[in-house]
Amino acid sequence: MILPLPLRVEGKLVSLRVLIDCKKVVASINEVARLKVKVARKSLTNTHANSGKIPSPSYQPEITMRQAKAVSLISGGLDSLLATKVVMEQGVHVEGINFFTGFCVEGHTHAIRKRHEDKPKRNNALWVAETLGIKLHIIDIVDEYKDVLLNPKHGYGANMNPCLDCKIFMVHKAQEWIEKNGFDFIITGEVVGQRPMSQRKDTMPVVARESGAEERLLRPLSAQNLPATLAEKQGWIKREQMHGFSGRNRKPQMALAEHYGFVDYASPAGGCCFLTDENYSKKLVDLWQARGKRDYEMDDIMLLKVGRHIRPRPHFKLIVGREEGENNFLQGYAKIFTSLKTTSHPGPLVLLDGVANDDDLLFAARIAARFSQGKMADKVVVETRRDNGEEKTFEVSPLPPTELKEEWHV
Amino acid sequence: MSHHMLDARRLLCPMPVIRTQNKVNELQAGDTLEVTCTDPGALNDIPAWCRINGHKILETKKQNNEVIVLVEVCQS
Ligand code: SF4
Repeated sequence: MILPLPLRVEGKLVSLRVLIDCKKVVASINEVARLKVKVARKSLTNTHANSGKIPSPSYQPEITMRQAKAVSLISGGLDSLLATKVVMEQGVHVEGINFFTGFCVEGHTHAIRKRHEDKPKRNNALWVAETLGIKLHIIDIVDEYKDVLLNPKHGYGANMNPCLDCKIFMVHKAQEWIEKNGFDFIITGEVVGQRPMSQRKDTMPVVARESGAEERLLRPLSAQNLPATLAEKQGWIKREQMHGFSGRNRKPQMALAEHYGFVDYASPAGGCCFLTDENYSKKLVDLWQARGKRDYEMDDIMLLKVGRHIRPRPHFKLIVGREEGENNFLQGYAKIFTSLKTTSHPGPLVLLDGVANDDDLLFAARIAARFSQGKMADKVVVETRRDNGEEKTFEVSPLPPTELKEEWHV
Repeated sequence: MSHHMLDARRLLCPMPVIRTQNKVNELQAGDTLEVTCTDPGALNDIPAWCRINGHKILETKKQNNEVIVLVEVCQS
């Protein structure tokens, strides 16, 4: 663009017309910010910094003009996408962080089930980061998360979802991350009143307090309903450029997405993880009951996502593949578990989790035959292989449907 | 500059991406990393992670139900 630039040359005012490359100007402004150049302004008193009031535009505090840095919790959903964008628009350098608990809906089921093949296999957190043009750090918290799930101080939601403890834990991890990496504050896409447990007006301060993040935690989508946090007090970000969303109505978020031109974003119905799913939670509780202890390994969580789970006896359950993708996935576990497969007729791979004597194994073979294409046949051949390698072949009559009890389905 | 291998077979996404990320963070610019996975999702996810974080994908291929991704570590 061309700008008139008034100059005084030997006492006379002359006007120069200057051609400016806007991109370069923006680049140099960013560079200045990065170089942490101190711009002297009138002094900023601590009273103002801590009062929670936003300085009036005429009030120009002495601030250190460096680009503030924030890390944003990216779940892959719309709220964290928008919250991050709102902060980026104000010139803050943002990087994303995504926590993998093992229960995330992302990826796994798509990877396992063949019938999802038509859908593009994408990781939504990566997609969000790429859409925003920010870095994404994915952190494996599978082991540490066990304690959150098994002993939640604030209890569970409608299912086995310890949402409040989960949020506190994730924000705490983000706080550790910003301390280590020299970042200034943390962004989440939380909205007051949106979720019954972790996003209520009375629980949102609990997350800030118990995570240790305190006022380094910023929720840009609801900031106008909440007290000012550090990012505002330091002048890194302006309250009027954030939002006052509240409640379960998603329309404001959808309108904001449209404003930014975001399409094709993910909107998972139940939440970002399997723990909010009723059936999954039932399977998890069943696993703990059967084993007599509340514990799990990564393989357990994975297997709960796959196949039909049938518990005909308290001491063992069967995992029956529902289609090719699941059978392939279960095949990877066939050497660790006792497994069953019909050979006279096509049928699914069945894993037996628990302990089974010979009678149990025979009974399991009849159930496996029930789920094969030989379910109407008089005799079906089933090959079994115990977890100790011992192999046995049975010729069985498939269990009649009336004997396959509804309550066995976990 | 050195070449490294990463076995991410039998891991489901996002684990192959996490392993790739952690390995790349230990390497120097110019090093190459060959990741082998069995989850076909890695074919999209590892390149996406590399694009976002400023690393180069030199090659991706599928062979015998395995996915191989060759990454060049860049200064980021
Ligand atoms: S839905 Fe799952 S991941 Fe999300 S806050 Fe609740 S427990 Fe945590």
